[in-house]
Amino acid sequence: MSLIETRKLGHVYSQGTPLEFTALSDVDFSAEAGEFIGLIGHTGSGKSTLIQHLNGLLKPTSGEVLFQGENIYKDKQFTHQLRFHVGLVFQYPEYQLFEETVYKDISFGPKNMGLDEKEIDRRVHEAAAFVELSDEVLQASPFDLSGGQKRRAAIAGVIAMEPEVLVLDEPTAGLDPSGRESLLANIRAYRDKMNATVIMVSHSMEEIAETVDRLYVMRKGTIAMSGTPMEVFERAEELQPMGLAVPQITEVFTALRARGANVPNVYTVEQAVRAISEMKGGAASC
Amino acid sequence: MLKDITLGQFFPGDTLLHRLDPRTKLILVVVYIAALFIAKSYISYAVMVAFLILSISLSNVKIGTLLKSIKPLAIIIIITALLNIFYTPGRTIVKFWIFNITWEGLRSAAFMAARIIMLIMGTFLLTYTTSPIALTDGIEILLNPLKKIKVPVHELAMMMAIALRFIPTLIEETDKIMSAQKARGADFETGNIFARAKALVPILVPLFISSFRRADELAVAMECRCYHGGEGRTRLKQLHYQKRDYFAIAFGCLVLAAVIVLRVFGL
Repeated sequence: MSLIETRKLGHVYSQGTPLEFTALSDVDFSAEAGEFIGLIGHTGSGKSTLIQHLNGLLKPTSGEVLFQGENIYKDKQFTHQLRFHVGLVFQYPEYQLFEETVYKDISFGPKNMGLDEKEIDRRVHEAAAFVELSDEVLQASPFDLSGGQKRRAAIAGVIAMEPEVLVLDEPTAGLDPSGRESLLANIRAYRDKMNATVIMVSHSMEEIAETVDRLYVMRKGTIAMSGTPMEVFERAEELQPMGLAVPQITEVFTALRARGANVPNVYTVEQAVRAISEMKGGAASC
Repeated sequence: MLKDITLGQFFPGDTLLHRLDPRTKLILVVVYIAALFIAKSYISYAVMVAFLILSISLSNVKIGTLLKSIKPLAIIIIITALLNIFYTPGRTIVKFWIFNITWEGLRSAAFMAARIIMLIMGTFLLTYTTSPIALTDGIEILLNPLKKIKVPVHELAMMMAIALRFIPTLIEETDKIMSAQKARGADFETGNIFARAKALVPILVPLFISSFRRADELAVAMECRCYHGGEGRTRLKQLHYQKRDYFAIAFGCLVLAAVIVLRVFGL
């Protein structure tokens, strides 16, 4: 049994009106405990609609969503509780900050869970530590922070609920390269410590290739492909028509092969370095 | 849920009603409303209904969509009708306790309800067939004479255009923020009125902040394009009256005249 899965999930927006739009059809998605899952697809392919089903924000028009084998819509209370088990971080989450201090904002989720003061305090500090926010920042107003810090504060607000499944919609969009790297490292650290499942939507193939265990490729509301990054990025010629690409390093190596070089398939820079040094005869410097 | 709000929504199309000059349509709506309030008899109401049906059939707007637009105002219509039923003196039909339903009361209630419904349908027909930009352009030109007495007509029209433009954006934004707070366990549906009002804070604060941010960005963008108010500003789309506009206005005036005549002769 998977921790969270969808069965023949379908969603139609504005059903029965001229604006009717099928956003998802027959989506079978599943994630195991501790897995890092990537979700890629062209804009409008249904990624955001899919993830909003995972914590019951949207109701499917067909099919079902199961958390630990139970239908998440079986009763209202269960759906409400589910939001604490499946934490969803929206795109540009910094626009949802509202409290006077970062501390209060991060404690919004745990407070809604009905935890006592001491537990809330512990969770806020732990969540802030995961995203590397200092105690000083916790007492500042969220509106005085830099863009990157705001993003971290907003993500901490979800992490503080200590969800078993953490879903993030383009968490690194608009951050500078070092900000991306460290945020991804923070997310990985959360998964390792809590043995949590992480589901991440991203448009950066490099990010996906370096981070996830398994990924789903969406096209026009359906799952077009799924598998390990290696399995998916091997099928580059199928990704291109979907408006997607393979990591740049994979492209370079494919081009090298086309010119007759005997190089293997790689999808991260690390693998590329290893492959080249092996060809040079084992010297691991470059 | 929030997306179902149709206030001021425009349905693009290429019907006669869509092609009419926005100024013509604005004048016609004013004439139509005036006629509605002058109309008193069955015959004059029949004239108004015929005029409305003709306008609807000339547009591509579905009658169901128009009826839906009445829904939010249904309570006002019902209360107005009820007040008319109980407070109009005349020949009694039913009498119980302090209530006295009269024949005249029923009649005036029916007329009042019909008047409000037709008023709403007529004005919504205007916004359904006229883009917000065309509408504000029309209003600006019609109000131009007021510039002589220093009314900032252009600025008012620009403010209105911007406000209309941002309604869908703000609705979308509200939806997003609500979802984000719900994902953190916010509850907007239970509790007493104070608890619910307090639950709105996590939505309103981000919404206000993003509105100010948007306003700031828009102001900068407008200044970058050298916007400096209405003075000396020319238009990309000049409005010109066509034959059909003169015909439509003449027809509207004819209807108004007919209703006035019917009133004067007490028919």
